[in-house]
Amino acid sequence: MEFLYASEVLVNGLMAGVMYALVALGFVLIYKASGVFNYAQGVMALFAAMTLVGIMEGRVPFAHLINALFGVHVSHFGWTVPAFFGIALTALIMVGLAIAVEKLVLKHLVGQEPIILFMATIGLAWFLEGLGDVMWGADVKVLDVGLPQGISDGIEAATNDWLGYGFFIDRLDIWATVIAAALVAGLVGFSQYTKQGRAMRAVADDHQAALSVGISLRFIWIMVWSIAGFVALVAGIMWGTKSGVQFSLSLIALKALPVLMLGGFTSIPGAIVGGLIIGMGEKLFEYFIGPMVGGATENWFAYVLALLFLVFRPQGLFGERIIERV
Amino acid sequence: MIATPATEFATDGRRIGPVLMDLRNITLRFGGVVAIKDISFDIREGEIRAIIGPNGAGKSSMLNVISGFYVPQEGEIWFEGKKRPPMKPYEVARLGLARTFQNIALFDGMSVLDNIMTGRLNRMKAPLWSQAIWWGRAEREEVENREQVEKIIDFLEIQNIRKTPVGRLPYGLKKRVELARALAAEPRILLLDEPMAGMNVEEKEDMCRFILDLNDEFGTTIALIEHDMGVVMDLSDRVVVMDYGRKIGDGTPDEVRANPEVISAYLGVSQE
Repeated sequence: MEFLYASEVLVNGLMAGVMYALVALGFVLIYKASGVFNYAQGVMALFAAMTLVGIMEGRVPFAHLINALFGVHVSHFGWTVPAFFGIALTALIMVGLAIAVEKLVLKHLVGQEPIILFMATIGLAWFLEGLGDVMWGADVKVLDVGLPQGISDGIEAATNDWLGYGFFIDRLDIWATVIAAALVAGLVGFSQYTKQGRAMRAVADDHQAALSVGISLRFIWIMVWSIAGFVALVAGIMWGTKSGVQFSLSLIALKALPVLMLGGFTSIPGAIVGGLIIGMGEKLFEYFIGPMVGGATENWFAYVLALLFLVFRPQGLFGERIIERV
Repeated sequence: MIATPATEFATDGRRIGPVLMDLRNITLRFGGVVAIKDISFDIREGEIRAIIGPNGAGKSSMLNVISGFYVPQEGEIWFEGKKRPPMKPYEVARLGLARTFQNIALFDGMSVLDNIMTGRLNRMKAPLWSQAIWWGRAEREEVENREQVEKIIDFLEIQNIRKTPVGRLPYGLKKRVELARALAAEPRILLLDEPMAGMNVEEKEDMCRFILDLNDEFGTTIALIEHDMGVVMDLSDRVVVMDYGRKIGDGTPDEVRANPEVISAYLGVSQE
């Protein structure tokens, strides 16, 4: 029984890890292609989720602003949009955001130090957070795109019959795992087997060489930011469905950091494996060690693990080897 | 179109065509430093054109001007009879100018095959959906492009390293892969920045042979930079000599060799 309970904790941990990996993936994509650590990735997920809720509920964007300026009282258009169209429209908005970021920010910072680009993304994070609030209001929103939620009765019954112990597994977590797997497979397929993906890998590897074979860096940057925006949207949908669309959603980015330190900033498989290890590790640690130290280990376990990695393997599990040439 | 002069033949019977690229009064400055001073010369179709000069003469700058990495402050670049507006390097590449770099710019994380395939990116026009389901135009294109790339791989004798990540290759082979990637674009002009630099004698001979064969069999127009005088004289049809950013000589290898200014600037310096 003890063992079975631990396995249940493990499975739940793995599924939580998938959610971390989803966020980490967005970081890796942009970091690989442009060497920019995009601090705004978490806020992008929040913004995408807010926009999706706003569109689906037929909210009027900038309603508060419009009301204050013109003395009217608008809030909703009075229609609702089906989830599929809402998601498609939000994805388009994320592409628009990518183009705006490239044109207004990145373009003017070409060739600057990484720290400057990093600072720019911090600014972008604050801006986006404000923009999201002004556009859609700061209230906690409920996001429901029709993903099944709650404990899966089927799995509980099946494991109960088979093992004599019913596993409690959230159906949303199962769906998140399936969707994340499909997303990763899609991304890997895209980067390995399409022309645009090959160009993306080329840019990630060497800017000068990429230019010399006729690749437009700006196009690739817009593309990568669009993809990262889409990944943010998927992460936003999952986390938003789970715990509501609110400011704290943007803080999931903080959970992605230890994942990245573990997996390496430049590796897509690293983001996945790192996410799984963190998710699994923190749940098991809480289960076995937690009671001895008074619990709440989930708050700090990931960061301590990341610190240990920084000491012993700073490039992460899958990162590029750091070679010092003398 | 260009006022085409009658086709000429090089001494060994190769066809030398009309002027493909004409550089007129190019001046390039970096702040107060003048890297290139009022240089004009042309590149004709089917020839091997060399730019030589001692270190710091401005050869690489010249190549960077041609390939769009530097934009000159003054002067005009005419390509295929049309004046070229200021362009980004990737736009120049799409016009049909492929280049290699003096200190090798390859995609280290990718295999040799993938590296060479990037040279053909601009020949692939299939839309993303077609690539996604691997059907129709995308499939046809990929197969055609792979065939072309395999030809180049055969030609440069790198079959056995096709799947090797480039980062693991020795220097001489990297140079060859870089040449293969440039060739894969089927360029109108192939620009080589010191293709023989840092190679041993055997590697140099191989590279020489490849360059000559390319030009001979496929009629590829080649512009190259080199400071190994012997190599240049054997390879090229015409030579531009640069020194301190100026052009001090232009002509066949024999003409250049006999030019007193070249002798004093180039050979004089190197004998010291």
